[in-house]
Amino acid sequence: MDPSEALKILNNGVPISWYLTLSALLFAIGAAGFLFRRNIITVFMCIELMLNAVNLSFIAFAHQHKQASGQLFTFFVMVVAAAEAAVGLAIILTVFKNRSTLNIDEIDTLKN
Amino acid sequence: MDLFFFFLFAFIAVVCAVNVVLQKHPISSALSLVGVMGSLAVLYLLLGAEFIAMAQMIVYAGAIMVLFVFVIMLLNAGVEERRGRSWMAQILGVPAVIGLTGLLCYFSQRLFPNLGYAKFGDFKGGGAKEIGMALFTDYLLPFEVTSILILVAIVGAIVLARKELD
Repeated sequence: MDPSEALKILNNGVPISWYLTLSALLFAIGAAGFLFRRNIITVFMCIELMLNAVNLSFIAFAHQHKQASGQLFTFFVMVVAAAEAAVGLAIILTVFKNRSTLNIDEIDTLKN
Repeated sequence: MDLFFFFLFAFIAVVCAVNVVLQKHPISSALSLVGVMGSLAVLYLLLGAEFIAMAQMIVYAGAIMVLFVFVIMLLNAGVEERRGRSWMAQILGVPAVIGLTGLLCYFSQRLFPNLGYAKFGDFKGGGAKEIGMALFTDYLLPFEVTSILILVAIVGAIVLARKELD
C-alpha cells in the first residue's frame, strides 16, 4: 500500500471492500463449521454465523449506495433467521426425542 | 478512530467465529456466537445502521441465542466426540477453508474494485424513522408476507415440539 492510499484511508475512513473481506472470512468460517462439526446444534449455529456474514455485506452496500433498502434486506434476513431457528430447534428436539442422539453421523436414515 | 474500531471489532468477530467452530462444548460455541453478533452490531453502527444494530442485539443476541441455550440445556448436550471423522476432512479441511476464503475475497475485490470509503456519520439513513418509512411504503408487501411466514413458523414449531396426546 503506497503512502497516499494510507493517507486516504486515514482521512476518509475504512474502505468498504475491507468490510466485504471480513464478511467473506466470517462466511468461510461458518461454512467450515457447517461441514466439519458433528453436533447438530453447533451445525445450526454455523448457519446463523453465515447469515450474519451476509448481513454485514448487505449493510456495507447500503452504506455505499447511501440507501436504506439494503438494511431492509438485513431486517428480512433476521426475521427469516428467527423463524428458521424456531422451526429448526423444534426439529432438533423431535430428533433427539426419537433417536436419543445429537450426532449428525448417526441420523442417516435417508442415506440408503 | 474509524479504523481503530473497525480493526478491534473485526478482530473480536473473527476470533469468536473461529472459537464457535473449534470449541468442543455447544454452550461455549453459543456464547462465542453471541460475541460475534455483538461485535457485528458495533460494525453496523459504524456503517450508519442504528436500527439494524439494535435489532441485531435484541433479536439475534437476545432472542435467538437464548433459544439455542435453552435447547442445549434441555437436551443436556455434552462434549462432542471427535473420533471417526473421515481422512478427507482431516487432510483437506484447513486448505479448503483457506481456499474458500481466498476465492471469496478475490471475487469481491475483482467485482467491486472501487467502492469508496465508509466514514462514521456519512450516512444517516439508518434510523428507525427512515427504516419505518421504507418498510411501510416500498416494502409493505414483503413486510406483510413476513408476518405470514412467522405465523407458519410458530404453528410448525408447536406441532413439531408438542407431546403426542393419544
